[in-house]
Amino acid sequence: MPSPRYWREIPSRYRLEAGRCRGCGKVVYPARRICPACRGRAFDRTALSRTATVVTSTVVHVPPGDLLMEAPYAVAVVETPEGARFAMQIVDCDLADVVPGLQVNLEFRLIRREGREGILCYGYKGVPAPQGAEGRG
Amino acid sequence: MRDVAVVAAGMTRFGELWESSLRDLFVDAATEALDHARADHLDAVFVGNMSGGLFTGQEHVGALLADQLGMAGVAAARVESACASGGVALRAAFAEVASGLSDLVLAAGVEKMTDGADVTAVLATAADQETEVYHGLTFPALYAMIARSHMHAHGTTEEDLAWVSVKNHRHGARNPKAQFRQEVTVDQVAASALVAEPLRLLHCSPVSDGAAAVLLCPLEEARRYTDRPVRIAASGLATSPMALAHRADPAWLDAVERAAAKAYRMAGIGPKQIQVAEVHDCFAIAEICCIEALGFVERGRGGKAARDGFTALGGCIPVNTSGGLKAKGHPVGATGIAQAIEIFEQLRDEAGERQVAGADLGLAQNMGGSGASAVVHIFERV
Repeated sequence: MPSPRYWREIPSRYRLEAGRCRGCGKVVYPARRICPACRGRAFDRTALSRTATVVTSTVVHVPPGDLLMEAPYAVAVVETPEGARFAMQIVDCDLADVVPGLQVNLEFRLIRREGREGILCYGYKGVPAPQGAEGRG
Repeated sequence: MRDVAVVAAGMTRFGELWESSLRDLFVDAATEALDHARADHLDAVFVGNMSGGLFTGQEHVGALLADQLGMAGVAAARVESACASGGVALRAAFAEVASGLSDLVLAAGVEKMTDGADVTAVLATAADQETEVYHGLTFPALYAMIARSHMHAHGTTEEDLAWVSVKNHRHGARNPKAQFRQEVTVDQVAASALVAEPLRLLHCSPVSDGAAAVLLCPLEEARRYTDRPVRIAASGLATSPMALAHRADPAWLDAVERAAAKAYRMAGIGPKQIQVAEVHDCFAIAEICCIEALGFVERGRGGKAARDGFTALGGCIPVNTSGGLKAKGHPVGATGIAQAIEIFEQLRDEAGERQVAGADLGLAQNMGGSGASAVVHIFERV
């Protein structure tokens, strides 16, 4: 990924910044110009919680070339308490445990190295919440 | 709008065709279609091609391929909608003829996938780069998540998925143009390598080279080119949110449902009247979701259709008689046109061992990404 693009995406990648639509209240992540629910154009900036629930998941055994050394790894669609849904890797657990309903904490991690220069690209990965600690933000 | 007919078709074999380039493949398919119709001119060419740029370093393939066909000068453009590029090229050609802009139009599709590119990474460009690919999602991963969601909600099993592959290989074995002409068993599918759980290698369509082309003209002029024209009764195109995470139900392909609804309305028919269909089985789970969204079976009931023989040759509604993307092969930009050709041949009684007796109405459904684009065409024997 060219560095201007990576730099531009820092608010959503580092701070999980989303937009809350002033028209209908939908939380849109990553932020957009137009609300997909009501086409409203006015948003308040909001940061997502650092917790989420797995909606659906898989374990990738055949990765793209730049993640060759990572496989197998788990990826999932997760939903935060604000209702934002997005995809992320789920790590630091038995891959077989990544199933719908799993509670995860979102932790800031290295996601990938890009380009010949090996730019370090960061973001969030899900880590299963310790037993009894579900929902803690 | 004018009534539009398909009057001729041409198609290369699908497979790893190392001896043929992108331009060779296109010219072979296009020439076959033109020769069948004894047509010596064209008014326009639409070429479905997902990623000539990333697969072979070649963009601007509309002008390039018209030139290679000896037709430099005609209106020509490339159409891109990921794996739905071919189906959308057909729609563009249909609209061009129906509107009266042109009279004789070639709708083609071509993809050259085996020239050394990182195919998994190229195909992933059809997903959302910022929110999906960045995190390591691949196309098999997206469809695997659709599969798990379907299994969780409807009790679909890995064996149900395997039966889609078994059925489509059985069909493909009867198709001389298919990449894989051997049958597979449920046990072989279950023993194949994992790609993205629960999807295994034999649940996935292969990497393929190939091209396909059909020739379109106004129905009232069709007899100049063939004695057995096939009418395009309807064309429906629809979209859905790009990212899988943004769909209300990951196991429901709402773009397919929407495109089909438009097509059924335009044709004035319902799903129960369709007698043969080609659907976009890029992965086994995709066929299950597509036959639900097309209304062939109830929502959530797609899992048992292949196993029960409902969608097999000889069943209530034979699906993917060509072998589907799974066995016939999936040169992405060519797929939508190849589907149309299978239906064209079925409605002209030219499908040989795969023939569905007496089929008068057929449907082809092509989609892009994890279902963000869907295009449905309905064809009618005249």
